[in-house]
Amino acid sequence: MEFFLQLLINGISIGFLYGLAALGFVMIFKSSSVLNFAHGELVAIGAFLFLTLVTSAKIPVLLAFPLTLAGTFALGFLIERVFLRPLIGESLIFVIMLTLGLASMFKGIMLFVWGGNLYMFPDFLPSWLSFRGAGIYVPPVYVLSTAVGLVFLVLFGFFFKYSSQGIYMRSVADNQPAALSLGVNVRRVFALSWAIAALVAAMSGIVLGIINGINVHDLTSIGMKVFPVVILGGLESIGGAILGGLIIGLLETFTGGYLSPSLRDVIPYAVLVVILLVRPYGLFGLVEIERV
Amino acid sequence: MTEKLLQVNNISVVYSDVVQVLKGVSLSVERNRIVSLLGSNGAGKTTTLKAISGLLKPENGKVTDGSITFIDTDIANAAPEDITRKGIIQVLEGRQPFKYLTVEENLRVGTAALREKPGPEKLAMIYDYFPALVKRRKSLAGYCSGGELQMMVIGRALMAQPALLLLDEPSLGLAPLVVKEIFGIIKRINEEQGTTIILVEQNARMALRIAHFGYVMENGKIVMEGKAEDLQENPDIREFYLGTKADGERKSYDNVKAYKRRKRWL
Amino acid sequence: MARLQFHPCGNYRESYGEELRIFETDYGRAALLAGLVLLFAVVPFISSAYFLYVINLAGIAVIGAVGLNILIGFTGQISLGHGAFIGVGAYGAAILATSLHLPLFLAVPLAGCVTAAVGMIFGIPSVRLKGLYLAIATLAGQFIIEYVLIQWEGLTKGTMGIVLPQATLFGLPISGDRGFFYLIFALAVFMTWTAKNLFRTRSGRAFMAIRDNDRAAEGMGIPVFPYKLLAFGISSFYAGVAGALWAYYTMSITPEPFNLDLSIEYIAMVIIGGLGSITGSVFGALFISGLNEILRSLFDLLTNLPLLQGMELNPAALRQFVFGLAIVLFILFEPKGLAEVWRVVRSNFRLWPFSY
Repeated sequence: MEFFLQLLINGISIGFLYGLAALGFVMIFKSSSVLNFAHGELVAIGAFLFLTLVTSAKIPVLLAFPLTLAGTFALGFLIERVFLRPLIGESLIFVIMLTLGLASMFKGIMLFVWGGNLYMFPDFLPSWLSFRGAGIYVPPVYVLSTAVGLVFLVLFGFFFKYSSQGIYMRSVADNQPAALSLGVNVRRVFALSWAIAALVAAMSGIVLGIINGINVHDLTSIGMKVFPVVILGGLESIGGAILGGLIIGLLETFTGGYLSPSLRDVIPYAVLVVILLVRPYGLFGLVEIERV
Repeated sequence: MTEKLLQVNNISVVYSDVVQVLKGVSLSVERNRIVSLLGSNGAGKTTTLKAISGLLKPENGKVTDGSITFIDTDIANAAPEDITRKGIIQVLEGRQPFKYLTVEENLRVGTAALREKPGPEKLAMIYDYFPALVKRRKSLAGYCSGGELQMMVIGRALMAQPALLLLDEPSLGLAPLVVKEIFGIIKRINEEQGTTIILVEQNARMALRIAHFGYVMENGKIVMEGKAEDLQENPDIREFYLGTKADGERKSYDNVKAYKRRKRWL
Repeated sequence: MARLQFHPCGNYRESYGEELRIFETDYGRAALLAGLVLLFAVVPFISSAYFLYVINLAGIAVIGAVGLNILIGFTGQISLGHGAFIGVGAYGAAILATSLHLPLFLAVPLAGCVTAAVGMIFGIPSVRLKGLYLAIATLAGQFIIEYVLIQWEGLTKGTMGIVLPQATLFGLPISGDRGFFYLIFALAVFMTWTAKNLFRTRSGRAFMAIRDNDRAAEGMGIPVFPYKLLAFGISSFYAGVAGALWAYYTMSITPEPFNLDLSIEYIAMVIIGGLGSITGSVFGALFISGLNEILRSLFDLLTNLPLLQGMELNPAALRQFVFGLAIVLFILFEPKGLAEVWRVVRSNFRLWPFSY
């Protein structure tokens, strides 16, 4: 029973992180219909940037954190400007391939700078964040990840539902020519969505780095794990991303705990195929409204 | 007479650097008027509108010659964001709703071009023009009927408080009764809000009824212009666009003279 | 009918046969023949063992890339699982050769058939999915196949890998790079030729109709789903043959090379070569294989420089970066790929000095 509870809690915290990573992915997809295969690299870059700021530059954590977020925000903006803007209106395969190429480039750069070793953050989380009771122990970082996940979920929910910029972003995703005809600044929407996505990715990268340590290969593989999450939740849905993350996180930890650790990494994809066959637009995705 | 709001001067439009669609189109629009642009498919009506609203660029089109003057600035080949900010809003052909947004959210997107967002009274005004939208305000636009969508997209454009509204075939695929209702509302908007409107239509009869002035396009050129009443009386217009001959007799392709007359237009 | 000696300056085609012709003039045919003679009679005898090895790998890549282009470039179904299918082919051939002791001339096509069957199974999601959802489904296929290759130890011997017997063809042992050169390139030429002709047939046209507009294709009476499956099948067959040749050539296989990176590499070949161009995929495969080798030797050069001796350089880093950069640059600046470059160069020569 205690084992079960421990797995449950681990699963939920990991799930929130997956959800968070998926959130950025959904942001980009929602506004510009780009499937970002370089998302794992964005996650990793965030973690490494934070690591460098904290350990090499010796900047205090509380300052390094906003600096990292600002840096990745700018990076996201830049990626959109330089690489994706010329591709607006090109067919899907080119966009997919471009992000795959970018992923490869970023991974190369990161391997070049930091190598393939495993790094650890210095322990900086206060112990009052942890939770102990009923025979289980929740380390502070799991509490942190859950809190961060919840806060961002609410924030983004409000942003897309009520703010003007959020509605513009959705309108661009929906019908680009029409948005253009009404004077929505499409280019700004794209750039903004990439910037926010990179920021959220960095966020989940930092927390994941605290849990598992920082390693280029491990963190970039999160990018591929995002796919089952977003398909489960539906590519368009913020709430779905978080929920999909939770489901995948729990599924992984329970398979790892009870069945076999090697099955852990494929189970999400097996689930993914089944879901795609049964409900092609995910659990919360929008059914494609096709009117001719 | 009133002042000129828009002056299109001898423009040529070329798509992908190869296909010339407009060959020297000139038209002028006076403030507070409805000007209708008629012509068959492929005559270049939509291209003319897109040249004005700047939406040629995403389709790889360009104004290669001539000028488009709005009030007193040249807006040929300007970015659509800038043009909409000046107050020219185009309602695209085929409605183009944001399917996954609710009707009210659709209307809110209309304010994108405005620096200061208008308050709820603006929404109330739209609902006043289009009462059919009130009970659909919370439902997804993708599930609305064609008539409701057309009203919604016109309303959406009105949210931007346009000085010049470009309407591209608002009657497309709608029941005659709905068309009549929408055209009535267009006329009301023009009269009450003082919005200048360029109306592109296949339905020449309807368009000429509410327009003040009309242009007829064929093959990328303006072939005829005049007051709406005059056009309605013109025997060629009556025959080719309204489907009736002056004497009411049914048209026949055997009639060589009519064919020759038609040829002269093209 | 008299053959045209020069390109006509206009469209003078009078029948569908003329429209479908591969070579417009006899010169094109002669040039191709000369190229083939050069390839088979001269190349294997003048090149070093290392160069021959590189060329052989490139030949295998040509088969795989042509197969993937049939699926992506001609049918419009994006597949991110091509690398895994090549793995299935490699393992298929290895298992057929070791457990059932089948000879090469049976094992290779059978491995192709097995892969085609697997490919069709993973093509089933295309009934309901298209575009990016299908891409993600094939991505899942990639991971599932990878997992099976590693974990089904009874069949694949897991990470230990399988060692293949000496390749023989009708009693003759195929040994050395030169022997394999003939086997690989005979198959590569034959399969490229088949693919080129596939798109002059009814099925090929159905594929292209589905790519251009699947709804319209369905409306015209093309059974879309069976054709999509067929495309998956044909494409996977090519992958299977490529994998089988790879297995025989390298003599021992493990599951590692058949990962997502291989899939991406193949898509890169297809895109850099040019979507929807068979000639293009040949160029793309040669380009990527060449790039891989150049990067490898460049890296060896770098590590031997005294200046960089002390630094801990990462070979994977450089390769990853340059590879990604190549893809990005091609997509941004020549999205039609090498096929388009080739066409422009050719027509520049043909039209010189009056290039309009």
